Parts: sequence; structure tokens; C-alpha cells
Amino acid sequence: MKGRQRFSGARWWAVVLKEFTQLKRDRLTFAMIMGIPIMQMTLFGFAINTIPRHLDTGVISADDSDVTRDFMEAMQNSSYFKIVERLPNEEAGREALAQGQLLFVVNIPAGFTRQVLRRERPSILIEADATDPTTTGSALAAVDGITQTVIQRELTGPLASLQGGPAPFAVSVHPLYNPDEITQYNVVPGLMGMVLTLTMVMMTGLAVTRERERGTMENLLAMPSTPLEVMTGKLVPYIGIGLLQASIILLAARYVFFVPFFGNVLAVYLSTLLFIAANLTVGITFSSLARNQLQAVQLAIFYFLPNIILSGFMFPFKGMPGWAQAIGNLLPLTYFNRLVRGILLKGNGWADSWPSVWPMMVFTVVVMCVAVATYRRTLD
Amino acid sequence: MTAAAQFDYAIDVEGLNKHFDGKHVVKDVSLRVRKGEIFGFLGPNGSGKTTTIRMMCGLLKPDSGTGTCLGHDIRRESAEIKRSVGYMTQRFSFWEDLTIAENMEFVARIYQLRDRKATVRKSLADLGLTARAHQLAGELSGGWKQRMALAACMLHAPQLLLLDEPTAGVDPRARRDFWDELQALAAKGISVLVSTHYMDEAVRCHKLAYISSGTLLAQGTAQEIIEGQHLNTWAIHGDHLAELQEELRKRDNVAQTVTFGDVLHVSGTNDELLEREIEAAVGRSGRRVERIETSLEDVFIYLMGRSETNSGGNA
Repeated sequence: MKGRQRFSGARWWAVVLKEFTQLKRDRLTFAMIMGIPIMQMTLFGFAINTIPRHLDTGVISADDSDVTRDFMEAMQNSSYFKIVERLPNEEAGREALAQGQLLFVVNIPAGFTRQVLRRERPSILIEADATDPTTTGSALAAVDGITQTVIQRELTGPLASLQGGPAPFAVSVHPLYNPDEITQYNVVPGLMGMVLTLTMVMMTGLAVTRERERGTMENLLAMPSTPLEVMTGKLVPYIGIGLLQASIILLAARYVFFVPFFGNVLAVYLSTLLFIAANLTVGITFSSLARNQLQAVQLAIFYFLPNIILSGFMFPFKGMPGWAQAIGNLLPLTYFNRLVRGILLKGNGWADSWPSVWPMMVFTVVVMCVAVATYRRTLD
Repeated sequence: MTAAAQFDYAIDVEGLNKHFDGKHVVKDVSLRVRKGEIFGFLGPNGSGKTTTIRMMCGLLKPDSGTGTCLGHDIRRESAEIKRSVGYMTQRFSFWEDLTIAENMEFVARIYQLRDRKATVRKSLADLGLTARAHQLAGELSGGWKQRMALAACMLHAPQLLLLDEPTAGVDPRARRDFWDELQALAAKGISVLVSTHYMDEAVRCHKLAYISSGTLLAQGTAQEIIEGQHLNTWAIHGDHLAELQEELRKRDNVAQTVTFGDVLHVSGTNDELLEREIEAAVGRSGRRVERIETSLEDVFIYLMGRSETNSGGNA
């Protein structure tokens, strides 16, 4: 046909080659193209476990007998519980739960075995940290089965008469902090950290690269303004934006999802400020690494992925294997999630919050040093 | 260096060197710009002009070399230099998403000017920008952008202006207006160092320097630079000059040939031999041949060609 050119294989090949050459030159993009599938596969394939097992459990036992030992063994055998600690009293149990060190505390009352034999039907109490119902749900569902196993195995011989009829002992479960096990209670505060991570890192990354890409950075540096003034001055608006985002989510949590606020809202804002600071340092570092705005966005997304997956926001933190938890423990979002959930749902105070506060501080200081080191003072 | 010398020169740098990734970009550059002088900085693209200017205004630290800019040490006092110098970048480097007035306000704040509002208003009026004050800088044409950039650089009343190719991409009329402006500033005692590619701008400078591949090849007034190269130039008038040019190029004593429309300029250092070769080449073709004064343009093309041969052409 006239006026229309035929498809040329040679021209097509020229375009293909050019594209590859450019791709090869853009190392960062290339690394990400290779890195993202590897990272995603590792995370989704190995780290994510929606039925978390081997959850840290503490025991307060005032009665040591075959029955109680077997009960604990059956808990371990169920693979949902992992008994890691013996606790002296209930206060210690509550504290460990508040700080998130333990997810369950099993309380066996004094004289339990004797009461079983006397057919007094005593109770074992399991207190659970139910802020994240996904984590604890399956384990708690297994409790009935465990109880049955123990009854069948232990109450034999002369005690067989205890089987059948009403159960010789009961296990009562107290889901603490989120007694109705409503998932929104957990997700909504967690969403705050996720939104802040994405916007703070991306916006600051863009803000600084934009100046460089448009050539206005040279002007800023040629004027008497110092790099520190430029850097910190550019960050202030984003702190405001971050607090605004946090407020929107908090308002929605309170009045749309009716998430109970047990803790101090001011404490939530202070935590948010610290978390914003942590993310801004990441943003600045990225803006120094990225050569243009597109790369800044790519880096932000690259950072965002492990954050949502490994921080315990999307999937139960305790359900991940050790190495994944170790990576998660390096991310500020992990601590922010715990901190905000702790304050809002558990009413945690300063002492219970501290274990989540200091790692964020360390992160901020360390990344700030990296940011200052990579920030290009001059134009070379 | 005596105190008097410091007072005389707005820029006085000696032996500046700069490397980027192992490439020697600026080699032993020494420059002196007197107060109230317009100093033209010429050279091909990538010859080290921008790098030299950045070293003089405190944006880059030289690897070696010393010097002062308005009496401030370029190595140690970059903060003072930044406060007292006006630097206009090669590319328009103001904020296109701010209006002219907002850009000026920002600059005024950064320089911590007193009477900020009044200063900005006056500066806008002086450059005829008042009517456009609330237009976004990004919407301006090349000529207006450059006017705005100059106004912004002048806001803090600097005694020295460093202008990096300020008229690139600006139409001839706007260029002429711009140079009238520069000359008015120089008359008020402000020193100007300006890099350019345009010959008509070069001849309006009091002093010139020519840099190529990082090396300063010539420095002085236009006259001094022309005389310094000891070139003799002949003009050949006529048509179909291309063949003649081709032939002359092969001759040993012809240093360069340049066509300006229907005139061919032929230059060489040995006048006697050059004349003989031109006669031989022109022969009986009847073309008019005359001796002319070597122009600045001839000299610059000569310098450019010579440095290319010396450096293997990677200018």
C-alpha cells in the first residue's frame, strides 16, 4: 500500500538494541528489575506465613504435675505455641504482653491437679495479645483440640471415669486489648505507618532530585544558603504533611472504624514525629543516590515493599521465620506498628513503649549520618 | 600579593587545576579581572569555562591553585564570595513553578536583604519586569528568562558578576539589550566575567581570555590577542571558493582558511611565504586578493584549530 511503510525487521532490531543499551547504562533500574522479583519471591515464598506457628508463650505455673506438664507439652506439639519463658507472677505476664515480648501467657492456678481429681473442674487461663487477631486466631482455635488430647492421654486407668460427662477442666481464653478480635482495630493504626512510609520517602526523594534535575540546585548552592539549610528547610513542609496524614487516619480510625483509643493521643503524635524523621532521612539518602526523579520513585518503591511485607503490617510478624524477622527488625515501620498499636490498643505508657522507641531513634541517627555523607555538597 | 593589587582586581587567580574522575578539566588557569572591567571568557564547549567559573565563585574547590575573588580567598572563604558575587548559571536555574516576583522574593530572603519588598519592587521596575511580576517564570521566553535571571543575580548589589553563557538561545535584539545593560553596570564600577560563543559579544569586552581543553591559550585585550598570534591574513574575493580553499589547505604555510560568504580569509604566520602561495593558488583566475587586518574571529578559529591538533582533537 502506498504511504504506509512495511515493518522492517532491521529497524525493529535497531530499536531493540538501543533499548538494551540504555537499560544496561541505567544500572539502578536494571538492579531493581532483577532485584524486585527475587525479593518478592523470597518474601512471599518463605517469609509470609498466614498461619503463624511457634508463637512465643510464657507460663505461670503454680502446680507441677503430670497433667500440667502434659498440657504444656501438648501445646508445644501443636506447633502453634512455643514456651519460651517461665514467669513468676501475673504482673510479669501482663508486662511481657504489653511490650509485645510474648503473645500468650498460660496461667495454671495452684492446686490445679488436685481440683481436677476432686472433680472441681478448675480452669487454665490463657491470656493472648489479640491486637493482631490474625496472629493469635489459629493458635487459640487449637486450644480445644489440645485440651481434648490431654484429657484422653492423662486421664487413664483409675482416672478414666473422669472422661466423658462434663470436661474435667476448662481452658478459658482472654484475648486482651482487642477482645472482639476485630481486624480493623489492628489494620487501621498500621495503615498510618504504611502511608507515612510511602509518602515521606517518595516526596522527600523527589523534592531534592527535582532541584538537581532542573538545575536549580546549582543556583541554591551558589547563593549563601548552606546545604544544611537547604536540606532541613525542604523537609519542614513534609513533616506538616505527615502529621496531617496521621490525623486523617486517626480521625477515620476513631469515627469511622470505631477503633478504641486506650492510650495517649499526644504520645501517638510524638511517635509519629519520630517515625516521620526516620523516613525523611531515608528520603534524603535516596535523593542523593538517585540521578533523576524517576529513580527516586523507583527507590522509594523498592524500600516500601519489604516495609509492608516484613513489618507485621500485612502479615503476622511472629509468623515469619527468624531471618525475615531479623530484617523486619531493621525497619522503622516494624517498631512504629508496635508502638502505635501498643499505645492505641493496649494503652501502653512510656516504659512499655521504650523498646519500640529506641530502635527508631538509632535508625534515624544512623541513616541521617548516611544521608549527610552522601548529600552532595558541591556540584561534582 | 600586595594590598594594592588586591584592591585592583576583582578576580585574581593563579594556577587553578581541577580533575573530574581522573580527567584534567582545568589546567593551570591564571586570570586577572580588573574592577569595572567586562572580561570575556571564550572557548569551545567542554573547554573548562563553567568549571573555572564555579571554582571562582566558591561552588567547587580547586585541586590546586590559589586566588582571590573580591579579595576573598577562593579556597577558604567561599561563604563570603557567595554573599558578594552574582552568579548566573548557564542553564536557567530559577524556579519555573514560581512567579517572577516569588523568585525574586526568595532570592532576597536568602541574601537576607533589608527592605526586601522595596528592593524587589525596584529591581523589577529597573528591568521592566513589573508588568510580568506575577507570571510564572517557566512561561517566559528565553529573553525574558535571562532578564529575570540577571535581575535576580543583581538583587544583592554584587560588585562582581559571573555570567556563564548568559545569552545562549536568546534572540539578537535581546542580546543587544542585555549587553547594553552589562556595559551600564560596568560603567558603575561593577566587574563582569562573562563566557560566550558570540564574536560580536567578544568585541564588546574590555579584556578577553581564550580557553581550550582546560588550558588558557591567550589573554588580554582584543588587540593584544590578535597581535599575540602573529597571523597575517589575506582576503580572496570571488565565487566558487571551495576548490580554492581545498587547494590552499594543502599548502604548508597556510595556517587556516575560513569562508565568510564570498570572501575567503587565508591566514599564516610567515607573511612572505604565505603571499607567494596565495599568488600561486589564485593564479590567473582573476580573483581579487588583498591584505586585511586579522580579525578576532580569525584568531579564535586559529586558536581552536591549533589546540585541537595539539590535544588530538578531544576539545
